[in-house]
Amino acid sequence: MKATLTRRIVTAGLRGFYRNRTVSLSSIFILTITLSIITAFFLFRAIFTYTLDQVRQKVDVRVYFNTDATEQQIGEIKAKLTGLSQVKSVVYTSRDQALTDFKEKHAGDQLTLQALDELGTNPFGASLAVVAKDTSQYEVIASQLAAGSGLLGDAAGSVDKINYYQLKDSIDKLNNIIGWTNTVGFWLSIIFVLMSCMIVYNTIRLAIFVYRDEIAVMKLVGASNMFIRGPFIVEAILYALVATVITLAIFYPATIWVTKKTVFFFEGMNIHQYFMDNIVSLIGVLLVSGVLLAVISSLLAVRKYLKV
Amino acid sequence: MLYFDKVSKEYENRNKVLDNISLTVHKGELVSIVGHSGAGKTTLIKLLLAEEYPTEGTVSFHSDDIHSLRGRDMTEYRRKVGVVFQDFRLIPNKTAYENVAFAMEAAGKHDDEIEEDVPHVLDLVDLKGKMHHFPHQLSGGEQQRVAIARAIINRPEIIIADEPTGNLDPLNTYDIVQILKKINDLGTTVILTTHNKGIVDNLGRRVITMEDGRITRDQKSGKFTM
Repeated sequence: MKATLTRRIVTAGLRGFYRNRTVSLSSIFILTITLSIITAFFLFRAIFTYTLDQVRQKVDVRVYFNTDATEQQIGEIKAKLTGLSQVKSVVYTSRDQALTDFKEKHAGDQLTLQALDELGTNPFGASLAVVAKDTSQYEVIASQLAAGSGLLGDAAGSVDKINYYQLKDSIDKLNNIIGWTNTVGFWLSIIFVLMSCMIVYNTIRLAIFVYRDEIAVMKLVGASNMFIRGPFIVEAILYALVATVITLAIFYPATIWVTKKTVFFFEGMNIHQYFMDNIVSLIGVLLVSGVLLAVISSLLAVRKYLKV
Repeated sequence: MLYFDKVSKEYENRNKVLDNISLTVHKGELVSIVGHSGAGKTTLIKLLLAEEYPTEGTVSFHSDDIHSLRGRDMTEYRRKVGVVFQDFRLIPNKTAYENVAFAMEAAGKHDDEIEEDVPHVLDLVDLKGKMHHFPHQLSGGEQQRVAIARAIINRPEIIIADEPTGNLDPLNTYDIVQILKKINDLGTTVILTTHNKGIVDNLGRRVITMEDGRITRDQKSGKFTM
């Protein structure tokens, strides 16, 4: 009996979806706009996170060693730093490498290169570039590196300087920006999602308002609430399915176009590639939010007319 | 089978639309309820369908107070009552066949039964050839016949027809009344509200006359008199 009831509800829903094409199309249109807003947020968030990551990666704390520091001393400190839970990576730059890098950087500056040659020796010390897992953790790492903290141990004397305190202001600013944009982003998405929910709810409510007399008749001929609600739920699910497909069909070419225009601007991020890599989870998010939005709106709208 | 016990209905800031109505309808009767507009006929029908609640008194079907029925019990009650409205109230995006089948599907009838009964009943109301027409493709009389087919398809114990001929021409009116009479002859109780003197006089059955929310006359084999 349940199978028959389900089949009848699904059939009625499919028929209603097809026969009330104008109503279906307007609901799908509004739902597509809502899902597009969600997709746009999904992509903006990715661009934002990626850009921040790029900035974060450019920030590091450098430990500069004296020119007479031994490989062993540096190796020990590197191992200890790598062992810290806040540390994401530690990259070693040898004295020779530092010299090469400097020469490359000043390849066109003959005066500087000449001055370097006149020195006769390599003036650069080796260094360790420490990248934290989170920019807010640089302070902890810097305090671990401070003299007398124990991490440097006997090798403390081999350290020339640690550049954290020169970078402190920029790192604090970056932390502030990240915190602030996260909060603004969070509230903006809440506001947009709420607004979209209200628009979808009102569209579906208007669509179902058209059927208020029919719903009353259905009740009077002895249909149960589930039998009346069911087809509306099926229609709502169909709206969400179609709206998801349309949204994806809009964003596929749109991301290709945007990627072409912005690949340099966003530090090499390929938005289309990100879209394709995350297509499964995006479909999941769109389907779940679309179906929930449409079905809940339908149920709320029908409920009002079931009180006969 | 149907009892109105001292039933009154009063809307906010308005006079009583029904005033202390007591009435019994027996199984197999064909009762015409007549009266001017505003006499309370439609309110009486709405109370019967539990679309409205009485301010005082009770309306009972067999031994059940119909206004205390909830959920499944109310649905079951409505399946025992077939209803025909003046404005037909068919579901516009369903064909004649689907409108009638809907009442059977809602009652959980088997597909075989639906496929057998719906064409049969549509044949009874002379609409077999227009089974797959949508309401807007049918004339008023045809739409009302679909509504009657829908009302009788679940073999209800009682048919309530609220001004069923109000929107029809004389020929269609005659047809509809003949169908209702035939349904009654087959044993179903029929309650009919109407303005049409001709119908009531021709039927020669029980007539209840209403005025200002009260029953002023109840005749076993009456005529339309106001």
